[in-house]
Amino acid sequence: MVELVNRPYATAFEAHALANPDVLCLSADLTSSCEIDGFRDRHPDRFLSMGMAEQNMLSFAGGLGLAGYRPFLHSFGVFLYRRPYDQLMASIAYPRRKVRLMGFLPGITTPGGMTHQAIEDISVMRAIPNMTVLETGDATEVESICAAADAVDGPVYCRVLRGAVPRLFDTPLRLGEMRVLAAGSDVLVVTAGITTEEAIRARAAFDRAGVSVRHLHLSTLKPFDAAAIVAHAAACRYGVVTLENHLVAGGIGSMVAEALAEAGLARRLIRLGLQDTYAHGGSRAYLMGYYGMDAMALVRAVERLTGLQTGIDEAALGAVRLEAVHSVLKAEAL
Amino acid sequence: MPHPLPNARSTEDVALGIRRRVFEHVIRNNGGYLSQACSAAEQLAFLYNEALTLGPPTLPMIPQPFGGVPSAGNPDYVTGAGYNGPFAPHYDRLFIAPAHYALVAYACLIEVGRMAPEGLEMFNQDGSSVEMIGAEHSPGMEVHNGTLGIGFSTAAGLAWGRKRRGDSGQVCVFMSDGEVQEGQTWEAVQAAAHHGIDNLWALMDVNRQQCDGAMESVMTVGDIATKLRDFGAVVAEIDAHDLGALRQAKAEPHPGKPLIILAHSSPTQGMETLRPRLPRLHYVRFKSDAERDATNAGIAAELGIAPITLGDH
Ligand SMILES: Cc1ncc(C[n+]2csc(CCOP(=O)(O)OP(=O)(O)O)c2C)c(N)n1
Repeated sequence: MVELVNRPYATAFEAHALANPDVLCLSADLTSSCEIDGFRDRHPDRFLSMGMAEQNMLSFAGGLGLAGYRPFLHSFGVFLYRRPYDQLMASIAYPRRKVRLMGFLPGITTPGGMTHQAIEDISVMRAIPNMTVLETGDATEVESICAAADAVDGPVYCRVLRGAVPRLFDTPLRLGEMRVLAAGSDVLVVTAGITTEEAIRARAAFDRAGVSVRHLHLSTLKPFDAAAIVAHAAACRYGVVTLENHLVAGGIGSMVAEALAEAGLARRLIRLGLQDTYAHGGSRAYLMGYYGMDAMALVRAVERLTGLQTGIDEAALGAVRLEAVHSVLKAEAL
Repeated sequence: MPHPLPNARSTEDVALGIRRRVFEHVIRNNGGYLSQACSAAEQLAFLYNEALTLGPPTLPMIPQPFGGVPSAGNPDYVTGAGYNGPFAPHYDRLFIAPAHYALVAYACLIEVGRMAPEGLEMFNQDGSSVEMIGAEHSPGMEVHNGTLGIGFSTAAGLAWGRKRRGDSGQVCVFMSDGEVQEGQTWEAVQAAAHHGIDNLWALMDVNRQQCDGAMESVMTVGDIATKLRDFGAVVAEIDAHDLGALRQAKAEPHPGKPLIILAHSSPTQGMETLRPRLPRLHYVRFKSDAERDATNAGIAAELGIAPITLGDH
């Protein structure tokens, strides 16, 4: 059974902020939902309530950056860039303010539907000059994301997991370093965030079926280590499958495609994720199945790529970790 | 099945029915947007039961499953607008701007005979169109509004367009007070006033609450009425739980300007059992069975019904 860590962000952020006096905590009326309610209560002098007014919050944070502070902005990821995109560009990214955008509920991890699901954030963020983009895939990465992000000389956008988060790794997130979770030679599988757990679910089944998978987990999405991706892809005979909690356009699938093309490496590539579609509301497991972002979708993609019939079915995959709709670890059912 | 006349039941009765349904749902599901039923029951009951001119629903009483998001490849896509009746020139349109009030709006649809009670059983179930945060395809929802602060703008555009076409139907927006913290709300009022859009009106649930607690502690907004008037709206301020006052406010003339009714509400109206939870009322949930049982018994008594019987939990 995988270990579940409760509210890892809450503890990690508080520890990091206390060790760094220039770190400030900003919230846009989603304080409990972003696990900073304890911090607000214990350190009111380091907490700024900005209300439900994200455009102002972003430019305001740019001003705090100018004053020499390193504000951590907390909201659902989607509210940190969709409406306040212009403010992000002009007040934060262009002048390279050390603003840390902590985006919760990435992709389809929220049942809140289109308006709550950040499905194009990676694409948007990586297109912005001066931005760094990070994504957490387990509790250890959530615990280490504050320090990693805060070490960056410029703005950072982070996709943060919350609530009960599985611990998959025992080493911290290190800027620019990808994790090699399996070193096979048939198919390269590239994942990040919650899709890593999906690929891990399929690992034993692939082993039994005799498919040799090389599995990379990304936590630094920008800067993107194209050379490493190309080297790994070159070592895999059938090609590459990317699996992301995001639209395939502009996300990890696109980054890998660009890397292969620029290197002139001919490998087939299957990009799994949202295929030029919005998503709707529902549980994470259901949405991952519906939109072809789960372990089973990965198995089918590997079969298409290799031409092999693996015989893998749902029963052969690792158990799905079901999220409780109502959990004391979450402020609401989102 | 014949559609019941809009005022077959009293609006008071509809409001009580909304509170009872939302309460039952929240107890059964161990949490939900319950306080919004307290503050808004009369407002939604008033809109659907008497204030709006709506035709009979055009969509099935039992909601269809989720039918896909809008795309060129999904020609059968429909919004939930059909639950508010057909899009005809003389009918009104309604936007529920704070889409997290969906549970309350669904309960209201049932109470006024526009959706079957089975619809609420589908709430937040995988594959259902009855979404927790009302989506455009959810019953009674006409446009996507889960991102707060966009409702009044869309309504102003629709109203301007309808006026130009000569439609007699009006456009109404149900708003939340948290939306006044978003700059877009002010841009919307400004534009509506500038363009003399007077076939537009809004009913705002001023419960002084938001996710983090009392608005006063999260982000002070000052005197909403004065600000709205300064931006060019006609404003009426009333007690949200006084239907007579709601009727009077709706009758306020507003030539050349939008009308915005500030309905000052209590976030615990009809369910004072919730009061000790203040200032955390945005989303009601129970930390233990004992807490749920006590809430169940307390509110049931206030609403004049037997406590909800729960199966194994
Ligand atoms: C643009 C935007 N920012 C943040 C949110 C998250 N959110 C949902 S409801 C809410 C505030 C709730 O206050 P109010 O709208 O007054 O509703 P009520 O308290 O009456 O439930 C927030 C911040 C959102 N839906 N949209």
